[in-house]
Amino acid sequence: MNITSQRVKLAKFQSTIALLLLCIFLSILSDKFLTVDNGWNVLRQISVNICISVGMTLVVLTAGIDLSVGSILAFSGAVAAGLLKSGISFPENDLFIGFTLLGTILAGVATGSFLGFFNGWVITKFKVPPFVATLAMLTVARGFTMLWTKGYPISSLGTNFAYIGTGWFLGIPILVWIAVVVVIAAMIISNKTALGRYIYAIGGNENAAKLSGINIDKVKIIVYTLAGALAAIGGIMVTSRLDSAQPNAGMSYELDAIAAVVIGGTSLSGGRGTIIGTVLGAIIIGVLNNGLVLLDVSPFWQQVVKGMVILLAVMIDKANSKAE
Amino acid sequence: MLTAEKIGKKFSGITALCDVSMELLPGKVTAIIGENGAGKSTLMKILSGVYPEYDGKIIYKGEEVRFENPREAQACGIAIIHQELNLIPDLSITENIFLGRELENAWGFLDKNGMHQKTQELLERLKLDVKPNTLIRDLKLGQQQVVEIAKALLTDSEVIIMDEPTSAISDHEVEILFGIIENLRKENKAIVYISHKLDELFKIADSYIVLRDGKVTETGTMDGVNHDLIIKKMVGRDIKIIEKGNRITKSENLLNVENLTLVKKDGSNRVLLDNLNFSLKSGEILGIFGLMGAGRTELLECILGMHPSACLSSVSIENKKVKLKSPREAIQSGIVLVPEDRKRDGLVLGLDVKTNITLSTLNEIQKAGLLSKSKELALTDKYIDSLQIKTSSPHQAVKNLSGGNQQKVVLARCLATQPKVLMLDEPTRGVDAGAKNEIYKLIMELSEAGLGIIVVSSELPEILTVSDRVLVMAEGKITAEFSSANANEDAILKAAIPQTI
Repeated sequence: MNITSQRVKLAKFQSTIALLLLCIFLSILSDKFLTVDNGWNVLRQISVNICISVGMTLVVLTAGIDLSVGSILAFSGAVAAGLLKSGISFPENDLFIGFTLLGTILAGVATGSFLGFFNGWVITKFKVPPFVATLAMLTVARGFTMLWTKGYPISSLGTNFAYIGTGWFLGIPILVWIAVVVVIAAMIISNKTALGRYIYAIGGNENAAKLSGINIDKVKIIVYTLAGALAAIGGIMVTSRLDSAQPNAGMSYELDAIAAVVIGGTSLSGGRGTIIGTVLGAIIIGVLNNGLVLLDVSPFWQQVVKGMVILLAVMIDKANSKAE
Repeated sequence: MLTAEKIGKKFSGITALCDVSMELLPGKVTAIIGENGAGKSTLMKILSGVYPEYDGKIIYKGEEVRFENPREAQACGIAIIHQELNLIPDLSITENIFLGRELENAWGFLDKNGMHQKTQELLERLKLDVKPNTLIRDLKLGQQQVVEIAKALLTDSEVIIMDEPTSAISDHEVEILFGIIENLRKENKAIVYISHKLDELFKIADSYIVLRDGKVTETGTMDGVNHDLIIKKMVGRDIKIIEKGNRITKSENLLNVENLTLVKKDGSNRVLLDNLNFSLKSGEILGIFGLMGAGRTELLECILGMHPSACLSSVSIENKKVKLKSPREAIQSGIVLVPEDRKRDGLVLGLDVKTNITLSTLNEIQKAGLLSKSKELALTDKYIDSLQIKTSSPHQAVKNLSGGNQQKVVLARCLATQPKVLMLDEPTRGVDAGAKNEIYKLIMELSEAGLGIIVVSSELPEILTVSDRVLVMAEGKITAEFSSANANEDAILKAAIPQTI
């Protein structure tokens, strides 16, 4: 009894422990790892993945999946960059609509939210499996990005816009601030609101949730819309950091997000998992990426190592839930 | 044939079984009796190889055996029909029956014809009138149970363990099952029969073993014992079947259902419910009895708004017409359902007691848009108290609760919505004798508080115990109505049997 309950207690902190071990290990192997600069560097790098992964967590908790976040990120970022740079003009009517910084950001987020909403709408009203619906969106949104950018990066967006990606506020990078706000908001939603409860209930048992009077379709649409909005925020962050919207931005970001969710202990079958777990998962991936670069591991081996870590994390998680 | 000696088993330090000995004889039916949690299922899982680690020994055909897994036990001729159905919904009956022991032809391919034929024979023997290639998901719960039995009959098992085989099937099918058991007995098989329904045991068993808290409290042959004695041994106290007090039903109609028709939406356009009309008064308990396939569950689902496109009806509550297009709207109008299969439809098993209880009423425990912990706990405690839900804390996961307490959690969630009409589908399925009576008592108390209650059940004694009025259904129609004074088993059953033309 004692041993099992201790093991269960330990399991709660397994990601934290893994992260600590990883950090200790890397500080011994590389003297560049444990420096203030590198710390901020890692946090800035993972802030985008954290935003996407938080949205992904909400989706996965309802037993769904969103493969389109990488493409939505690219399109939303490109929309924002394009509007900021050249606005919308209708030469035949001699009309030009310019956008302020805030306006472009809102337009970008609205774009992502709408695509996410569309995902949710297709999934609930036409009963298309989330995997398929968002796989289609992955392609469609990428295509939109290419059409919008004509295949070329949209660059030189001005210092104000670039400030989001490179600036600091109260000694902390703006990107990290954004991630922190997103994480706190998501934690409040998942723990403190009826919506959060509904998300867990739907993932845990959709039949029972429906019979309990929960509006399943509405909850799912909200969740996919949120995932789209968070991907769009990620898109703004990436675009601003590079001062350029790349047509192929966010490629395979959905996989990193799913990896963070899974390493964080969220069950892909829904109903079980936490936002904070996902954040830890994203940090582990970020630290690992950073460490492998610092240690001069070849990029090919980096991928192998990352894959093994994901596998290991889930295997440990399974073993622990069995012990429970 | 099989002897168990001093079997013991502990789960993380807690004793589930202690010094249990028993003997199974060929051609005899041994009943294992006990409340939920008494250790019946654990014992059976040891016999059938699910739990390879235990104390004591099992001697089978003169040799000590220790099965490492169910497959080994099966190969030796010990088959178990589990209480929880172990079928794969998207495979056909044939594929399920032959799962893991598929027949192959000389080329190493599946012998589909052979399996099909064998399944057909089994289904005929069990009098289940469906095609072998029907998917499990298209079968009703009761039919699935029969498939589970067919699975055990396929391998020529010497020992057949049936764990609550009748918990989901109608009396008609129970008769068929008893016929099957009678045949197996003649074939000199040893049969273990676990059931909560004591009446069944008197009909079918030769001897009995009573378990309480993991220990054997009594063994003997079935002759010379009676109902009360066994219950006493089971629970260690007397349980009286509950008596109805003076029942006062108010006169005004609470719920009116007119012209309710449900047509199956799969192209066949089969009429599942045919123009039903009935009403319910506040404070009244309306029992609805029917055999499997009569449309009992569908009726409740229609009222709850689960088939908005396939169901035509005119429902009014307190003389106000309502259009119910989803369970959400039904709940808002004051209609709730405690579903038949609580694990599938009633509970989010992985979440805790408080989350399940408050799931339908989260709007009422909010403060400034956020959930209030204190309001949530207050609501939960209120129902844990009033329904006497036995749980170590409100934060306990519901999957760790016993069947009866799980049922009370579903009931609590429904009651928290302050309903006017409470519908219960098989309210005591898989619930032990003690908890059963508690649930009956609750139903009566709730009706006295003014709720209109509809109880759907396939257990006649249950219907007769709780109902003020009984409706009988057969083939989607209401075939008879009885007041509680006129209701008796024979008349109800007669009305429930489909009239084949």
